[in-house]
Amino acid sequence: MPSILAVDDSVSMRQLVAFTLKEAGFDVIEAVDGEDALAKAQTRRADVVLTDVNMPKMDGISLIRNLRQLPAYKFTPMLLLTTESAPEKKAEGKAAGATGWIVKPFNPEQLLATISKVIK
Amino acid sequence: MAIDVTKFHQTFFEESLEGLELMESGLLELEVGADNNEAINQIFRAAHSIKGGAGTFGFTAVTEFTHLLETILDRRRSGQAEVTQEAVDVLLESIDVLREMLSATRDGSELDPAEVVGVQARLQELVDSDLPAGGAAPVPSPAVPTPTSAVDAGSGDAVSGAALGTWRVTFKPQPHLFRTGNDPVRILGELAELGAYTVVADTSALPALADLDVESCYTAWTVELEGPTEQSAIEQVFEWVEDDAEITITRLDTPAVPAADPEAETAPSEPAAGADADGPAAAPTDTERRTGGERRQAEAAHGPATATTTSIRVDIEKIDTLINMVGELVITQSMLQELAQGNAIDLEKLQEGLADLERNTRELQGSVMQIRMLPISFSFNRLPRLVRDLSGKLGKKVELKIHGETTELDKTVMEKIGDPLVHLIRNALDHGLETPEVRVANGKPETGRITLDAYHEGGNIVIEIADDGAGLNTQRIVAKARERGLVGEDDQLTERQIHDLIFHPGFSTAETISDVSGRGVGMDVVKRNIVDLGGVIEVESAAGKGSRFRIRLPLTLAILDGQVVRVRDQVFIVPLVSIVESILFDPSLTSSLARGAGVYRHREAAIPVIDLSESFGIPPAAETADTPPLLVVVEAEGTRAGILVDDLLAQQQIVIKSLKTNFRAVPGLSGATILGDGTVAMILDVNSVLGLYRQTL
Repeated sequence: MPSILAVDDSVSMRQLVAFTLKEAGFDVIEAVDGEDALAKAQTRRADVVLTDVNMPKMDGISLIRNLRQLPAYKFTPMLLLTTESAPEKKAEGKAAGATGWIVKPFNPEQLLATISKVIK
Repeated sequence: MAIDVTKFHQTFFEESLEGLELMESGLLELEVGADNNEAINQIFRAAHSIKGGAGTFGFTAVTEFTHLLETILDRRRSGQAEVTQEAVDVLLESIDVLREMLSATRDGSELDPAEVVGVQARLQELVDSDLPAGGAAPVPSPAVPTPTSAVDAGSGDAVSGAALGTWRVTFKPQPHLFRTGNDPVRILGELAELGAYTVVADTSALPALADLDVESCYTAWTVELEGPTEQSAIEQVFEWVEDDAEITITRLDTPAVPAADPEAETAPSEPAAGADADGPAAAPTDTERRTGGERRQAEAAHGPATATTTSIRVDIEKIDTLINMVGELVITQSMLQELAQGNAIDLEKLQEGLADLERNTRELQGSVMQIRMLPISFSFNRLPRLVRDLSGKLGKKVELKIHGETTELDKTVMEKIGDPLVHLIRNALDHGLETPEVRVANGKPETGRITLDAYHEGGNIVIEIADDGAGLNTQRIVAKARERGLVGEDDQLTERQIHDLIFHPGFSTAETISDVSGRGVGMDVVKRNIVDLGGVIEVESAAGKGSRFRIRLPLTLAILDGQVVRVRDQVFIVPLVSIVESILFDPSLTSSLARGAGVYRHREAAIPVIDLSESFGIPPAAETADTPPLLVVVEAEGTRAGILVDDLLAQQQIVIKSLKTNFRAVPGLSGATILGDGTVAMILDVNSVLGLYRQTL
């Protein structure tokens, strides 16, 4: 089953995302911020990266920028969890190498629909 | 697949309330007019998380409220607006409201809407006043109630309502497309879901093999699509790549309903919402309804009191330690088992194994206890705000210093110590510290100081609250105590005895009742709370220099160090903290009644002698000596007494089991425990035993 790196500093959001993905049968690697995610991404290869934008230590956009530098993550789909209130984050994320975004608030079905778009 | 999001609510409330504390302490540290960038960023992040979570979990009111907060913070973060005292005040107030909103949502209780509306209006005012009148852009209301990403949910939904159409779509990605993780095949596949289609690939841009960069995209596609779809649905497919490709979408046939098309483009949300009524977009409302229903059911079944479950967040490190120890325990267990299966038992090895087992068990116990331990900052965190608000109200200047906030304490103790701490701080501010004028007149610095300190000391945690104020006024305390009849006219009291009077029920020396520390019903309640936790409180004070309250608490309520004693054929536990000493009982020193009840002369003082066999009605066993040979001298709340026992057994750590939950509360006993040999022993509540004794007099 494909593995998904789920990054969010909010415990409840991370739990919700991880639980939803696990229920759908994905392997989930959880990380609490960009730094944590960058470290974990290098020990385990994720097939999709799903990250919050606003996080302490390293934000989601920097995470994507850093991940894209790694040969293993050159073409990996990476999605940002953004809010409508920050449309500029989409552009910023794209420039950093994000594949796309999921707009918060979302419900589990929407999350899975979007993930299934980028999973081969 | 339906995911029940309600199971994450508890976590959401917990982290949001924690986030509010972060915001609060961050706001308190903001300096007006200074560069606060990192601090504001942190506050903003906390607000942002709460808003995001509230939106996802369907708590619309919280989202709307937090949205204003977020806007205000964002403008200050980006330097569009200044951090003013007024802004900080409104933000702090809004944190209080938000805290109540979250609690009310969690508990399913009602909230006074007037308060919310009032603060919300002030937030809105602040938002409006931030920007100059001409350029003031209204804050777009948050995209909460229905997730705007409805169209994201999948093109399938959009298909259903639209009329048939024929479209030509050209898609010419820029070479770097792959490097964004986007795959043209995926995008074309999504288009295919919208209807019948034919696709033509244009490979004319493909270079010679030698020049080919395998990581670049050289192909372009032209798709002809016929299906019940609208332009917006097609655009949606390309949403992520619209800046990474040239895309054209042309309608080939004439639309059946001419008006439908432009409308769909300019206001896609309206028809989409209608078409998606049964689709994912409507789901959050379903969830909301479901939540409400479940909560009502839960309340009907258990009553509202059970609505809140408490949980604890534990450091991963602590859990890892625990898992390690369980691992060790399993190894020891299998070693012992192997030993038992051998023909001849190797005694030395067995003892070794048992020693390991003992060590493992002790360490495991220690680690499990560690899980309940939280840094005392959880209690301390609310105090800076309190001091700020109160000092403003009282017109006093004060600096609060906090030390030792990482000192760990059992969660149960922590929950109960919060109110007493608040009360002591209020007292220090209200009664202890002088006004700036008085301080200056007395040659003190204008700004008073309150110090809060926590540290571990020999199995206890000590919390100190000190101020450099006027100190306790002994004359006034004595006068008041005489007036109240607490001490006689001619009683000579030591300074310490005078200080202790403030803990006496109903004692207050404040000349006017202020709304800050109230009617002086506090200190006795503070003391009772602390004694209930098995702790003590002491006060030291020097006139003109200040007061220092010292609270000593057990680290945990789950375990105590106990002395196991035998009374006739029954075994009791006496908490070690209460024992002064154990002595041989000398019948000649007692004004003896039957079995020694009466008064014993102990170190120049007369102490009452308590016979537990009488208090608990234990019948004499056959071999019981006429007079028990030992006297355990105990002390509780300054009163000493001797407890007659037949034998002193082991001293050990006792795991307390509640009598109240397993049986019922019994006067004189604080709980029970199970000893190593499986027998149940009662734990004496020394204070209450002394009370029982006084009743029989």
